[in-house]
Amino acid sequence: MTFLGPRLRDTGFLALMGVIGGSYAVLVFLLLFADIAYVRPNDFLKALAQPEIQSGIIVTIKTCTLAAILSLWVGTALGYVLARFDFYGKAFIDLLVDIPFVLPPLVLGLSLLILFCRPFPGFAQSFEAWLNEQGLRFTFTQGAIVLAQFSVAAAFAVRTMRITFEKIDPRAEEVARTLGCSRMQAFLYVALPQSESGMITAFTISWARSLGEFGPILVFAGTTRGVTEVMSTSVFLELSVGTLESAVAVSLMMVVMAIAVLLTLRLSGRRLEG
Amino acid sequence: MIELRNVSISAGEFCLSKVSFKVPQGSYAILMGRSGTGKTTILESICGLRQISGGQILLDDLEIQDLTPGERNVGYVPQDLGLFPTMTVQENMEFPLFLRSVSKTQRQERVNELAGLLEIEHLLGRGVKHLSGGEAQRVALGRALSFRPQVLLLDEPLSALDESTRTAMQELLSTLKEATGTTTLHVTHSSDEARALADVTFHLRDGKIVRDAEATSTEEV
Repeated sequence: MTFLGPRLRDTGFLALMGVIGGSYAVLVFLLLFADIAYVRPNDFLKALAQPEIQSGIIVTIKTCTLAAILSLWVGTALGYVLARFDFYGKAFIDLLVDIPFVLPPLVLGLSLLILFCRPFPGFAQSFEAWLNEQGLRFTFTQGAIVLAQFSVAAAFAVRTMRITFEKIDPRAEEVARTLGCSRMQAFLYVALPQSESGMITAFTISWARSLGEFGPILVFAGTTRGVTEVMSTSVFLELSVGTLESAVAVSLMMVVMAIAVLLTLRLSGRRLEG
Repeated sequence: MIELRNVSISAGEFCLSKVSFKVPQGSYAILMGRSGTGKTTILESICGLRQISGGQILLDDLEIQDLTPGERNVGYVPQDLGLFPTMTVQENMEFPLFLRSVSKTQRQERVNELAGLLEIEHLLGRGVKHLSGGEAQRVALGRALSFRPQVLLLDEPLSALDESTRTAMQELLSTLKEATGTTTLHVTHSSDEARALADVTFHLRDGKIVRDAEATSTEEV
């Protein structure tokens, strides 16, 4: 090392870090570039002309939005409770909320199916069978897609909102309570307005996570064309019938949606920081 | 009047046992003591943010230890102020009145009255994030006084201010004392503040409260 000058040593270090770190960025770029190079504009138009894919896009936007709203709703409440209060069983709830992060997606779908379609111990019939008796259905419907997406996305929303509330100094809420607020008013008037950027992040992350959901949807909601088909299952269906161009075209649409979500995230973050 | 009768407080390893003292109606009391002796804990117990494990807290002869913080009618200004960062100065000061369903006109009148007294009329439309230390302190005082609390609790209100601002704030506290006549308990470890403001001074030493007359020396930390 003694024969290298400090400037040269710094340059060498920075180049090494750049090569190691940059290799991943290059991989992501090449993945996108390969997809873009593979499809022609005509493939997009052909894919978009298919009524099943049109329906899949609409169902995707609808279910992802509903799942993200539900995730934000639950994430805000549970994130606040976990950030602000110590109570018996908190560590257990914390562990439960983390399970969807590590659970294989197919297992989650299977668990949902068993929860709805097998009778609970002590019950004569399953919840789905009871719903059927009332003239309703849940599994293999768009409602099942939302629940499958929500089951995973909510975990991300809870984590995001918990970190958001942990970063907010609880002092203002305490003072609000001395000024006449109930705990709920302190939450609504003082804590919630400060969590705006966290809520936007939680919503967009939940939306993006729902967009990429595949396994649980396939198992719990099926993939009936034009009914419970979403964009991720469209890719699978197009691949399974050998139309690779359509599969890649739909994949690229999902990439565009994901980038739009990321941009929203960054822009909202900057606006709130400003 | 604020009265603590044999109040015991435990918070983790820290505990205060059988603390008793009385702040007469309308007087300005200073509670002194070294850092970590429990001065803030006492204020938090009076305003209801900390549960006591024994004894009674009375405001004008009414026991309040079982009331929620919002039911106690206590104005509290913590050391870090706890201003609401998403609200303007005006909204911060109006907030307690809004919670009490006071009309918009009356809220405006009260805020204008206090803003005049605190000399912060020019700040009313501004957000609180970029206020100076002295300005933020005035806003917190205005917010705590807006709903005409029975007592005012101030936790080291001057400690984070530079010398000139501290002098100005000290004068302002004197003015407020005369103008509002609110019973006040002011926590500090500065004997200068005690000399300038106090009608009565208490010292918290080794978990016991001693009145100034009984104290052998003043404390400077």
